[in-house]
Amino acid sequence: MDILVVLEDKNGRIHRMSLEAIAGAQQIGSECGLSIGILAFGKNASALGEQAKQYDVEEVLTLENEHLNDYTADGYADAVANVITSENPTYIFFGHTYQIRDYAPRVSAKLKRPFLNDVVSYKNESGKPVFSKQAFNAKLIAELNPNSDGHILISFQSASFSSDNIQSGSASLRSISIEIDASAIKTVPEDPFQEAAGGVDLSSAELIVSIGRGIGKEENIPLVQELANVMGAEIASSRPVVDSGWLPAHHQVGSSGQTVAPKLYLALGISGAIQHVVGMKGSKNIIVINKDPDAPLFELADYGVVGDVLEIIPKLTKALQ
Amino acid sequence: MNICVLIKQVPGSEAQFNVSGDGSWIQETELPYEMNESDNYALEEALQIREQKGAGEVVIVSLGPDRCQKVIREALAKGADRAIHINADAPYNTDPYSIASALANAVKDERFDLVLSGLQSDDLGFGQTGVILGEMLGMTTATLVVGTEVQEGKIKVKRELEAGWFQWQTMDLPASLAIQSGLNTPRYPSLKGIMTAKKKEIKKLNFVDICNVDELQSFAGLSVQHAEKQTEMIEGNIDQIVNRLVDVFKNEIRIN
Ligand SMILES: Cc1cc2nc3c(=O)[nH]c(=O)nc-3n(C[C@H](O)[C@H](O)[C@H](O)COP(=O)(O)OP(=O)(O)OC[C@H]3O[C@@H](n4cnc5c(N)ncnc54)[C@H](O)[C@@H]3O)c2cc1C
Ligand SMILES: Nc1ncnc2c1ncn2[C@@H]1O[C@H](COP(=O)(O)O)[C@@H](O)[C@H]1O
Repeated sequence: MDILVVLEDKNGRIHRMSLEAIAGAQQIGSECGLSIGILAFGKNASALGEQAKQYDVEEVLTLENEHLNDYTADGYADAVANVITSENPTYIFFGHTYQIRDYAPRVSAKLKRPFLNDVVSYKNESGKPVFSKQAFNAKLIAELNPNSDGHILISFQSASFSSDNIQSGSASLRSISIEIDASAIKTVPEDPFQEAAGGVDLSSAELIVSIGRGIGKEENIPLVQELANVMGAEIASSRPVVDSGWLPAHHQVGSSGQTVAPKLYLALGISGAIQHVVGMKGSKNIIVINKDPDAPLFELADYGVVGDVLEIIPKLTKALQ
Repeated sequence: MNICVLIKQVPGSEAQFNVSGDGSWIQETELPYEMNESDNYALEEALQIREQKGAGEVVIVSLGPDRCQKVIREALAKGADRAIHINADAPYNTDPYSIASALANAVKDERFDLVLSGLQSDDLGFGQTGVILGEMLGMTTATLVVGTEVQEGKIKVKRELEAGWFQWQTMDLPASLAIQSGLNTPRYPSLKGIMTAKKKEIKKLNFVDICNVDELQSFAGLSVQHAEKQTEMIEGNIDQIVNRLVDVFKNEIRIN
């Protein structure tokens, strides 16, 4: 196989972003003439393998091993590096999930092969795929060039491909096994838990006023509160606002916060990092106010204002009263 | 407990970028540079661990051109003990593997118990350097770390998972941890800190002398992002802007 898609287990189902990676593999595979395999491993390997074999790929590999039942970076990096060496795919595709961020760089270091991470787009250059990512606070796009031939690890940012486009088929299943040195696993994980969720469920909000670091300081939050009150909107924020303790965590929108899709998302002093954008880009109307005309969030805006939020917010509140 | 903190200097989020003619890099002059955000949290975590344990050193390691001295001094002023500056001039290095390899060579004789790095750099955004360094030094690794508890010969860390989930894991030392923002409140340097920082040691190394691997990947064809949507830019004086916004709210988006 030319492309190996490595699946992530989400409680016995294939992780949404692994499905997107399969969709990506199918598109790139057909445009560049590359064959595809899928790797399912861990305690739910057989369930994931059953799900994966309904897709149009060449084969699905399943790998079970007692040392892979619980996720550890040591164990998973070791296992994936092993499989890559024995199966010899050119491209190894992952979703850019938190688990991949955690162990794929170690696979890269073990194999001394590049990990092109957080890829958002691809183009076909005479049969050779070329991958790009965002850089410099999401203001620029950069192509990532591997400097030599051999294995290339690639992770795709959420929504780079749509899982709606997955082609069905019937792949063959092959069970594989590897040796894992248990003494090399020096991490003992405990059970995952959720922190008491509190406050508002932003996912059903119609109107959202969302603030970023551009709001300047905690003392300015009441200004936003007043605006939200006259609009009848919920307040949301970017991560730095929560990190600074200006708002409780449940207000955060983005990859480590809530996903929202309101009728109006009014973004005040938010730059538009990809981790924020993935949480709000489904909003029906996006209004962006930012003093930096190059702020990347303007690219998603239906309406944009280049200006100072501290000047605009009080006037807007007054005009709406 | 001896702790290494990786600190990178990056352009601030308000920086305006111009791509150089061949698309290989940005024009660096006159950009506002600052300490990478998550590195600031990593530094604070290191200082707090040392304060709890009462002993050991916090050593800053930074790779980049001369301008990095500014963030190094800032970290020393906040309380780090000494620093290693790996001087790397243009052409700028955009490969996390070779950066990590230079960092590994710079610290391999230091016997650190912990390496703390930021989760990812705001300019290159790999989120790989600290993990690769850990692998190279034979350490355990963890990313998205939002809490730490040092134990005898081990460290217990709280990791952020997706969708509001978390997980504790206990790891052998030495460990390399990539710190997620928000886990503590980074301090500001005190006046005394700023004064004493001037006398602290900054060891200087050269990237070309200590990087003994080839680059695995590099940036190419840098370009400006293209708009995904047709955007109506609302212009005018503040009153005109506010009036148009109210008009959009009421008549186009139709909020009540
Ligand atoms: C794994 C991971 C997960 C993450 N999860 C999330 C997440 O869930 N949600 C999230 O938001 N981020 C998340 N982040 C962080 C993200 O990468 C960005 O750092 C963050 O979104 C930036 O927030 P910001 O736009 O408020 O701040 P900045 O990027 O600092 O932008 C501030 C903006 O305010 C503007 N501004 C300043 N003053 C004014 C003014 N007076 N008037 C108008 N505009 C002004 C500036 O021009 C700038 O554009 C995550 C990062 C990682 C690595
Ligand atoms: N040039 C550098 N000098 C010092 N630390 C670095 C450097 N590059 C990366 N790091 C550290 O590694 C982390 C992750 O960087 P990156 O892999 O580029 O996203 C950063 O937050 C820093 O802590």
